[in-house]
This record gives sequence, C-alpha cells and structure tokens, in this order.
Amino acid sequence: MKDNYQLVIIGGGPAGLAAATTAANQGVCCALLDEQPTLGGQIYRAIESIPKQRTQQLGDEYTRGKPLVTAFRESDTEYYPETKVWSLNKQREIGVLYKDEARIIQADQVIVASGAMERPIPFKGWTLPGVMQAGAGQILFKSAGVVPDNGVVLAGSGPLLLLLAWQYLHAGVDVKALLDVTPLSNHLLALPKLPKALLAHHYLTKGIGYQIELKRAGIPLLFGVSDLRAEGEGYLQKVSFKHFGKQKNIESELLLTHFGVIPHAWLTQSADCKHQWDDSQQCWRPEHDEWGNTSLDGIIVAGDGAGIHGARSAEHAGRLAGLEALFALGIISQTERNKQGIQDRKWMKDERYIRPFLEAYFKIPQSLLATADNDTIVCRCEEVTAGQIRDAVKKGHDNSNQVKFFTRCGMGSCQGRQCSNAVAHIVADEKGESVEKMGHFRGRPPVAPLTLDQLACLNKELI
Amino acid sequence: MFKQLPATDLETVRVIVNGQSISVTKGMTVAATVLSQQQKYTRTTAISGSKRAPFCMMGVCYDCVMVINGKANQRACATYVEEGMQIEIQQGAGSDLVGNEL
Repeated sequence: MKDNYQLVIIGGGPAGLAAATTAANQGVCCALLDEQPTLGGQIYRAIESIPKQRTQQLGDEYTRGKPLVTAFRESDTEYYPETKVWSLNKQREIGVLYKDEARIIQADQVIVASGAMERPIPFKGWTLPGVMQAGAGQILFKSAGVVPDNGVVLAGSGPLLLLLAWQYLHAGVDVKALLDVTPLSNHLLALPKLPKALLAHHYLTKGIGYQIELKRAGIPLLFGVSDLRAEGEGYLQKVSFKHFGKQKNIESELLLTHFGVIPHAWLTQSADCKHQWDDSQQCWRPEHDEWGNTSLDGIIVAGDGAGIHGARSAEHAGRLAGLEALFALGIISQTERNKQGIQDRKWMKDERYIRPFLEAYFKIPQSLLATADNDTIVCRCEEVTAGQIRDAVKKGHDNSNQVKFFTRCGMGSCQGRQCSNAVAHIVADEKGESVEKMGHFRGRPPVAPLTLDQLACLNKELI
Repeated sequence: MFKQLPATDLETVRVIVNGQSISVTKGMTVAATVLSQQQKYTRTTAISGSKRAPFCMMGVCYDCVMVINGKANQRACATYVEEGMQIEIQQGAGSDLVGNEL
C-alpha cells in the first residue's frame, strides 16, 4: 500500500467496483479499500466463490454482480481486501487498518461507496438471541449457504422480506409466516406515486410474482400487523403480534426482521460532509450533486451510502463518480465527462422511477421509529431504554448529542449505528419537533474501534 | 437455529468452539460457524449480563463479539475461520479488558 494515490475508493460493492474500473481504465493510479475479504459488497456478497446451485436459489438479480467484479479484476486498481477505514477528513487523509496496523494514506480524490445498512428499529425483545436482521439471514445464505433449519418468522416492512422469503422457499426452508407491519394507510398514500413507478414496472411485477409464489406454497402472508414483540427466557421462543386487533403468537426460535435500509454514512459524517434529513427515505444522507460531489472538495459519494436507490442505480452512480474523479484530476475535460456519462445518467434516472412509490408504500410508521414502549432497549450496546431517553429529554437535554452525553446511549462499540435514528426520533417526538432539528450523533474518528496497539503503528519510532 | 446446505468439493478446516473440535468449511465466518453449530448465544453483555447473538452479520452492530484465539471483542461476523482457531463465548467485557491476564 502506497502513502499517496490519485484516487482512493472506499467500498467494494457495485458503486465502488464501477467507480474504480472507470477511473483505472483511463490511467488513474487508484486503490480500492474494502472491509470484506471478497468483492461484491453485501448485495453481491461471495459472487466469485458461490456454488452454482446456490446462485439459482438467490435469483437473477444477484448474478448482475459477476460482470462488475470481472471488469474490476481486469482493471489496474490496487485492491485491498480486509482493510478497515477508520477515519476520513477534509484534507482527504484516510485512516486505514491494514494487516492489523493503522496507517494514514493521502488521496487527491476520494470516492466513498460505503453502502447501506439495515434500518435498526428497536422493538420489545429485539436484543434476544434468535432475533436477527433479514439482511443477516441473506448474508449467511450468500456467503456460507447457511439457512434456518428449524423454521423462521419474517417480519417488518420492505421488499427485502419478500425476496428473502422467496429465496428461502427455493432453498427448502420452512417460512412459518411473513408478518408485514406496513400500515395499510400507506397503500393509499403511495397510490399517486404509482404511475411513475410503472416506468420501472419490472420491479413491481417481480414483487407481485414473489407474493403469488409464496401464497401458492402456502406461506401465510399477514398484512396490517402491529405490536410486534419477541418473547422468551434468555432466547427467542415466540413472536407475538396483533393482526387486525387480534392478539396472536407464533412459536419460533428464529425471527428475521427488516424495516428498510439507510445509508451507512458514518465516514462522511465524521469527515464533516454536510448531511441532510431525507424525509421520504426517513434517513440522514450526505448532500451531493448529480456527480456525487459532497460539500467537501475532492470527496465524492456513490451508491446507497449517498441515499438509497438500490444496487443497479449504485452501479451507474459509481461510474459517474469515477468520471467526476477523472475530471477533477484533470484527466478528462468537462465535455468529455458529460459525454461519457450520458448513458449512465439516463439509466440511473430510469432506475429511480420506482423509488418514490416504494418509499411511500413502505414508509415506517412513527410508532415504530420513535419506540413507543418505554421498557424497550434502544441502545443495544449500553442497554439504554426508550424510557431513559425520554427522561433525559424531560430533564432538559434537547437534542440527540445531549441525550448521548447524559445517558451513554450511542457510546458503545457500535458507536451509535444501531440507535442514532431511534434516539433522534424519540427526542423529536418528546419535544414535538422535527427529526431534522434533533440532529444526528456527531461522528468522530475512529469510526470503527481500534486498539491502542494498532493505533500506535502510526508512529513506529515511538514504540 | 441454522444449518449449512450440502455442497460438494468444499475445503474444510478444524476449529475449536468452546473446547470442542469441529470441522467447518473454509471461508466461513466465525458467526456462520457458531450459528450452524446450534450455538444459541455468543456473548453476555457487560452491563446486565444478558445473552446476545449475532444480529446484523455485516460488521455494524458489534453484538457478535467473541473471544477468538484468546483475544476478546473480536467480531465473529467479520472474522474468518482458520485451522486451529480457538473460539469462545465472551463473558461481559472480556477478560483482557478487566485485566485478568495482565
């Protein structure tokens, strides 16, 4: 690993792969840093090593990752797997943990393609062993062929639940039920956005197709579910919920939940790029222009880390970010950038027609965002409950960061990744203010835990 | 809770989970390994001592930390199995943090 690069790309998912390939193929000296040992991000995880039969069970969208990875391998990008990025600042100094040693590298341009993470929604019992996120189930499936062996309940809201149920069905997994907590009133609210969504109708037909197949297979799909709870002594034993006002239980040792995804924006937040609250996507995301430029010179974002638009869109955004870096480095002219970007800009626009409909249809209700039940743990690391957060607000701590100082909520090893949004919503709810005003936790380096041993490698002469 | 689907021609390594030697597929994460070994929990919390298990599987929640080759607080979902690896449930903050080994 060198000390200086013209371009550093952070993240090996579709956006990062496309950005690196675009830039490297036009002669840029670039490095791609990725935390995982294999390429593809979470969406195309293990795409290079997966057995063929498992690819079929995962569906055709998954195989789109293959040409992306192949093109990247053929490019001259320096690829650093198992490399953790723990810091980024406006001078574009990147704190990296590589082979268990911390170091700082400098880049003229940085493309942050950090991807998405599941939106954490605290609910009663979500910390019990046996409760996991749906994305976790999918990662186990893709990366290791590991699937539930004693049945599973899927619950939450969003297209991933249907996809995962379909994938499990094809792998012979017993899906006990799919509990959809999407408020039925969303259907009506999403209706005006439907005509535009029809321009990307392949997503809609796919979703409907999954539903039909699941129903035919006899999997109970319950809509209008509320009051989701995970119950059990020490481990999950049953999932309880209300369905049209009626209390129901399903015995299960495994519950996979999904409430949409949000940008994994910790790095751009700690670099102090400007972030804005996106009301439609219900998340914070870095402000950026159509090429991915953030408020900081030379820091470009691409893919779901810039705002949730899905894997295909990420690929186009990655290419555009790569072109922007080429332009910023003086390798191509603005005219050339615009010319080379025409096709991807068009495709990206086409991809995004579906989003406003999906965002309205799967809008998470306030009662889930702002954890209604006061006994529910919100901060998994420091075990702080919604009630303790509300108490802190009542005592005069009136934004997310003050609540963090007072309660330790968000100060554990995940550094607030799991509770940041919920805290902002609870404080906003309590104060009768907008979430935007409550702010997000202040991100600070290192954004990933480092040991002093590792950090000391920055100056070996001192050791 | 989980099982591994049958697959052919996969290389294996031997690891030791809570003192028991088992054979697992090369390239698997520690989290995938312990989950498919019916290990119901992987740590207890430092604050209330309650049991926890892997949650996000993508390295962001830090709920799957275990003691791996004697080192506490290693994310099981971001650590890959190696021949002879020692994997243990982590109790609370982990022994190397409270100073038992100092």
